[in-house]
Amino acid sequence: MSASRTFRVLPGFHLTLGCTLAYLSLIVLLPLAAVFLKSASLSAAEFWNVISAPRVVATYRLSFGVSLAAATINAVFGLMLAWSLVRYSFPGKRFIDALIDLPFALPTAVAGIALTALYAKNGWIGQYLDPLGIQVAFKPLGVLVALVFIGLPFVVRTVQPILEDLDTELEEAAASLGAQRWQIFRHVILPVLLPALLTGFALAFARAVGEYGSVIFIAGNIPMVSEITPLMIITKLEQYDYAGATAIAVVMLVLSFLLLLLINGLQAWTAKRTGRDR
Amino acid sequence: MSIQVRNICKTFGNFVALDDVSLDFPTGELVALLGPSGCGKTTLLRVIAGLEQADAGQVLLDGADASRTHVRERQVGFVFQHYALFRHMNVFDNVAFGMRMKPRDQRPSEKAIRAKVEELLALVQLEWLADRFPSQLSGGQRQRIALARALAVEPRVLLLDEPFGALDAKVRKELRRWLRKLHDELHITSIFVTHDQEEALEVADRVVLMDRGHVEQIGTPEEVYRQPATPFVYGFLGSVNFFHGRVDGGNLRVGEDVLPHSPQDFDTGSEVIAFARPHELDLVPDAHADTGVAARITRILAFGVTVRVELDGLNGATGQHFEVELTQQRVTELALAEGQTVRLLPSRLKVFQRNDAIGASA
Repeated sequence: MSASRTFRVLPGFHLTLGCTLAYLSLIVLLPLAAVFLKSASLSAAEFWNVISAPRVVATYRLSFGVSLAAATINAVFGLMLAWSLVRYSFPGKRFIDALIDLPFALPTAVAGIALTALYAKNGWIGQYLDPLGIQVAFKPLGVLVALVFIGLPFVVRTVQPILEDLDTELEEAAASLGAQRWQIFRHVILPVLLPALLTGFALAFARAVGEYGSVIFIAGNIPMVSEITPLMIITKLEQYDYAGATAIAVVMLVLSFLLLLLINGLQAWTAKRTGRDR
Repeated sequence: MSIQVRNICKTFGNFVALDDVSLDFPTGELVALLGPSGCGKTTLLRVIAGLEQADAGQVLLDGADASRTHVRERQVGFVFQHYALFRHMNVFDNVAFGMRMKPRDQRPSEKAIRAKVEELLALVQLEWLADRFPSQLSGGQRQRIALARALAVEPRVLLLDEPFGALDAKVRKELRRWLRKLHDELHITSIFVTHDQEEALEVADRVVLMDRGHVEQIGTPEEVYRQPATPFVYGFLGSVNFFHGRVDGGNLRVGEDVLPHSPQDFDTGSEVIAFARPHELDLVPDAHADTGVAARITRILAFGVTVRVELDGLNGATGQHFEVELTQQRVTELALAEGQTVRLLPSRLKVFQRNDAIGASA
C-alpha cells in the first residue's frame, strides 16, 4: 500500500482530512444524528401518524413547491442581473452590486416585516393589488415573495464569476460563423453557465426550504393554506411535543437531501456533458 | 474574392490604431499583415471581419461596400490566436456549428453536415479526433480544428489573427508550412496577422508592413526584404546594424571614422543613417586602417554554419552594438580574438535620411 503512495508537494493530507471529518461530525453530523435519535423515541405507527397528518402534508407541499418556484424565478432573474452587472457599465453599478448581498445581511425578521408592510391589503403595493383580486400577504404568494427575496444573491454570486471569465472571443467566433444573437446565447453561453446556474439554484432552493424568519410574518400561517414546514416544527415544540417536531424535521431533512442530491447529480451530468471535467 | 479597405481610421480613446489606411487584397492571395505589437494590424483585420467598426472609411468585399454589414452577414472565416473553440462541444460539433446555425431553410441535412465535417477533418488531417473535446487536444490540433470550423461555412475570405502565436516554435514551423500548402489547394483569399517576420516572409504571397497605424510597405517577401522602403522596414525584417553619419563627398563620416560609400541621392553634409545586415559587414584586423568604423570584439559565437561576431563600437559609434556574420574560413584567416580592436567595413549600405530613421533605431 505504501508503495503506491503518491508524492504530494504540500504535506498534511492526513491532518487536514482528519480535521475536516472531525469538524463536519461535530458541527453537522452530530446534531443531525440527534434529530434522528430523538425521533426514534416514537413508534413506527406514531411516527407515521405525525408526519402524514393532513395539516403537515400541506406544509410539505407549500414549503417544497414554493421553494422550487422561488429558486426557479431567482435562476432566471439572477442570471439577468449577473449578465447586466458583468457585461455593461452604468452609473451606480457598484452600488447595485453591493445591494445584491443585502438579503444575505438583513435579519430575516426585518425582511419579513418590511415585505408584509408592503404587501398587506393596506400596504404600499398591496393596496393597488387588492382591487385587482391579487392577495399577496397571508397567501402562498406571499411566501413566494419572501423566498424570492432571500434567495436572490445565490444565483447572481455563483454565475457572476463564470460570466466574467467567459471569453468574448467565443461569441465573436459564433457570430462570424453566422449564429444569431439568441443562438449564441442558447448554444455558446448557456451551456458554459449551466453548472454554475444549477449550483446557484441549489443554494437558493436549500436556503428557501430552511427559511423561517421572513416567511412567518408575510405568510399569516393559516393552517392548510400558508403554513410552512419549519413553522410546523416550531408549533410542535411550543406544545412540548419534541418527538413530533423531530419526526417532521427528519422528513424535511430526507426530502431536502434527496432533492439536493438530485440537483448535484444533474450538475455533475451537465459538467460532464460540457467537457468541464476533462 | 477581393478585399479593399479605403481610408480606414480607428482610435481607441487617445490611441490611434489605424490612421487612414487604404489597401487592396487581390483575389486568391495569401497576404500577411506584419508589424510590431500595437501597430494596428489586428485592429485592421477585425475591421475587415466586422468585429470592430471603423470610425471612418470603407471595407469593400468583392467591390461592394460592407462597412455597415454585421459580421454574420460578411461570410468571413475568422481564426483567433487562442482558438476560441467551444469547449463544451466535441470537435465534430465545433466544426458543424456554423452549418447548424443556419436558418432552417438553408440548413443542410444532418447527413450532409456529417459528410462536410468529415471532409474538413480530413482536410486538416484530424479525422480521428472527431469525438474529442478541445481540452483534450494540443495547441496545434486546436488551431487546425478552428480553421476547419471557419472553413465549414464556406467563407469568401479567411482572416487569421496571429494563428500560430500561442504555439511553440516547432509546431509553429510545421503549421505554417501546412497553411501554405492548404492555401495552395483552396485558393481562398486570406489575410493573416503576425509579428513574426520569418513567418510572414515564408508563408505569404505578399507582405504588408505596418507601424503605428500606417502602412509602411507592400510587396512580395523578396521585394520587402531586398528593397526595404523605409528604415522601419529595414530594421524590422531581420537583424540589422546601423551607423549614424554625415555624407561627405564620396564618403560617409561616422564620428572620426570614414566609410567609403557614395550615396548619390544625398548632398554633402546631410545627416543620414546607414544600415547593413550582419552578412554585409566585413572585419579589418588592422585597427589603424584609414577606412571602417572602429569596434572591439566582445564575443565570437562559432557554433553555426556561419560565425557570429559581436562587437562594441568605439570612437564615433561608442555605446552601439554590432553583429557580423562571417564564414568559418574567414574567421580563421583573420585570426580574430575576443577583446581585439578591428574595423567594420560594409560591403553594402542602405542609406536613409536621418530624421525619418528614428523608428528603426528604437
